[in-house]
Amino acid sequence: MRMKQEFTISIFSENHVGILTRITNVFTRRNLNIESLTTSMSALPDVHKFTIVVYSTRDEIEKVSKQIEKGIDVIKAFVLTEDEIIHQEVALYKVPTKTLLEGNEIEKLVREYGARILEVTKEYTVIEKTGHQNETQELFDKMDKYGVVQFTRSGRISVTKSKDELLDNYLRNLESKKNGLTAN
Amino acid sequence: MDTQSQTAIKGKIRTPVRMTGAEAVVKSLQNEGVNLIFGYPGGAIMPVYDALYSVQKELHHVLVRHEQGAVHAAQGYARVSGKVGVAIVTSGPGATNAVTGIADALIDSTPLVVISGQVGSTLLGTDAFQETDVVGVTQPITKWNFQVKKAEDIPYAIARAFYIARSGRPGPVLLDITKDAQFASFDYVYEPVNYIRAYKPIPDVEQEQIVAAAQLINLSKKPLALIGQGVILGGAEQELREFLEKSGIPAAWTLLGLSALPSDHPLNVGMLGMHGNYGPNIKTNEADLIIAIGMRFDDRVTGDLKTYAQKAKVIHLEIDAAEINKNVHADVPVLGDVKETLPLLTQKISPNSFPEWLEEFKACYRIEHDRIIKHQLAPLKPGLTMGEVVDRVSTAFGDDAIMVTDVGQHQMMASRYFRFKQSRSVVTSGGLGTMGFGLPAAMGAKLGAPDRQVCLFVGDGGMQMTIQELGTIFQTKIPVKIVLLNNNFLGMVRQWQELFFDSRYASTELINPDFQMISKGYHIEAEKVSEREDLDAAIQRMVNHDGAFLLEVVVEKEGNVFPMVPSGASVSDIRLE
Repeated sequence: MRMKQEFTISIFSENHVGILTRITNVFTRRNLNIESLTTSMSALPDVHKFTIVVYSTRDEIEKVSKQIEKGIDVIKAFVLTEDEIIHQEVALYKVPTKTLLEGNEIEKLVREYGARILEVTKEYTVIEKTGHQNETQELFDKMDKYGVVQFTRSGRISVTKSKDELLDNYLRNLESKKNGLTAN
Repeated sequence: MDTQSQTAIKGKIRTPVRMTGAEAVVKSLQNEGVNLIFGYPGGAIMPVYDALYSVQKELHHVLVRHEQGAVHAAQGYARVSGKVGVAIVTSGPGATNAVTGIADALIDSTPLVVISGQVGSTLLGTDAFQETDVVGVTQPITKWNFQVKKAEDIPYAIARAFYIARSGRPGPVLLDITKDAQFASFDYVYEPVNYIRAYKPIPDVEQEQIVAAAQLINLSKKPLALIGQGVILGGAEQELREFLEKSGIPAAWTLLGLSALPSDHPLNVGMLGMHGNYGPNIKTNEADLIIAIGMRFDDRVTGDLKTYAQKAKVIHLEIDAAEINKNVHADVPVLGDVKETLPLLTQKISPNSFPEWLEEFKACYRIEHDRIIKHQLAPLKPGLTMGEVVDRVSTAFGDDAIMVTDVGQHQMMASRYFRFKQSRSVVTSGGLGTMGFGLPAAMGAKLGAPDRQVCLFVGDGGMQMTIQELGTIFQTKIPVKIVLLNNNFLGMVRQWQELFFDSRYASTELINPDFQMISKGYHIEAEKVSEREDLDAAIQRMVNHDGAFLLEVVVEKEGNVFPMVPSGASVSDIRLE
């Protein structure tokens, strides 16, 4: 409970203006640093998904997740750990094409790390690698010896390993209750 | 649950009526059963004021003297009536002046709808005259807020605002309406909101938790119930009494839980917290079971969490899931509206009584009485104490007035020594501790409960933070009784300076104006008392006076509020001196 570890919080919300600040505010108030944040549509129509990675204790993160769920337009927040999710990040590396032509180290790294080349021009080459943060970081560290001029990494995206679709069930439950409500 | 939805006539308008956005604001308020609002006009909200002009008889507008006063008045109104309080302000400074009241309403769970005007939508983001990002500013202090830029969005936004403000754990909602949306015409229809997919105001009750809670209660030898405002907000006063009377469990109330039970109920053992009673604080750490009912374990109640109620299992009855385990771990969380969960619990518990355990509270009370209370209520030395003034005023009102307070020593003294017969008799700023809250909140309280006497206790510091509302009291003829306890000090800060800062009274002494003269300047009757023998007669004149009245009572200059749990100390380390 007291040990800090990495958590991935999956938050589902209505697609309304201003929700992102309501969510990030919960972290700011508790002085928690957000490691990464991505937002996109989910598989469900009208439902938006936020994926936030944060280091904290289980105890605190449970409180955070409940405070996030208090947001009126937040549908549900799930606190997930590494073993419960499949996750990926994308990293882009821009290197001078010259370094590629002058030696085969970069090419070797691209093969070794399962990266791929996106674009080659006379001046620069853009390489892409998908993976976990430590993998994309490791590739950066190795490639930077030969001069990476730009490096950028996306936030984490993830899907759960569970067979039950937690949100689906939750929403279905809600809808059936609502229908019960109108029937009365 | 939510009083207004049960009593208000909620209008549905299905046949479209052509009107402007401003008219739609007014019509929607009426459809939500609103007949009284507090506000202050200005450029960006003028179309709404123009629409209000046409319906003055049905929708009364109280013109305050500062927007902070509008929000506090709406809070006072909401707290005594159980309805949603409504305040209306202009853009920019109008809205930022409302911020303190909105923050106060959030932390004290008060249902409010605040409507602010905004510059025209084409000017948004251009630093236009009186433009402030009000939605941004109020985002962390509202339950929900929203900017309306199109007239046709007004009915739904208002319907949603009222539903959110009053349902579940109530709170303030702000709607920011651009001026062009107020001017534009559209076909108006109105449909009240009672469902929002992503919002679950009342969690489902889990039967297993009720069973588990009942088991703990049935096994407990030293149980203590903590009564919070949730009981009042849920309208569960009767359910609480039935629970307590069957279980025989002693009950202590938080500052906002005051009046949820009658003061003289045999199981009422007094107030929790920093300046609460000796017994409930000490016994919290001896109890083997804490049953928290609609309260949130505020730090002013718990003191040091590491030593708080360590011998006790904790049952937490709460409507807001985020409060469970936030400060104090709940062995059995009972989510739901206490109006629903308390009777379920009462059904499952065995009738019981705890005469010896109750006797321990009485013994604590005797100690507190001997060391503190009797010196407050019947002092032998000259110089009026705040406690004796509160006690006499309470008696003069037959112990059945609504007590409104500002913040500071007088607030604690009023909470300790005023007595209550019925619920919703207290309006005070608990969580935020907002000085200046009292006077405007008292106006709102009187308008929300016109048949009851409303008595404000206020200090000389807090009075001067919103003193201009005397103008509103005069203009609107609001018959509130104001007891100004004047010690020419910011008393609570001075007390802390005396106890924790070597009596270095940095910026706490006040050189005050002639409050009687100010009051009379507003044509409000006023009197000043400084001698004990004059007190009762003056109070009687205040009670009997037909209209508003300010009674200034000069109290001892350096009186302290005791008992006291020093900040960060354990509740059992409560100091008697």
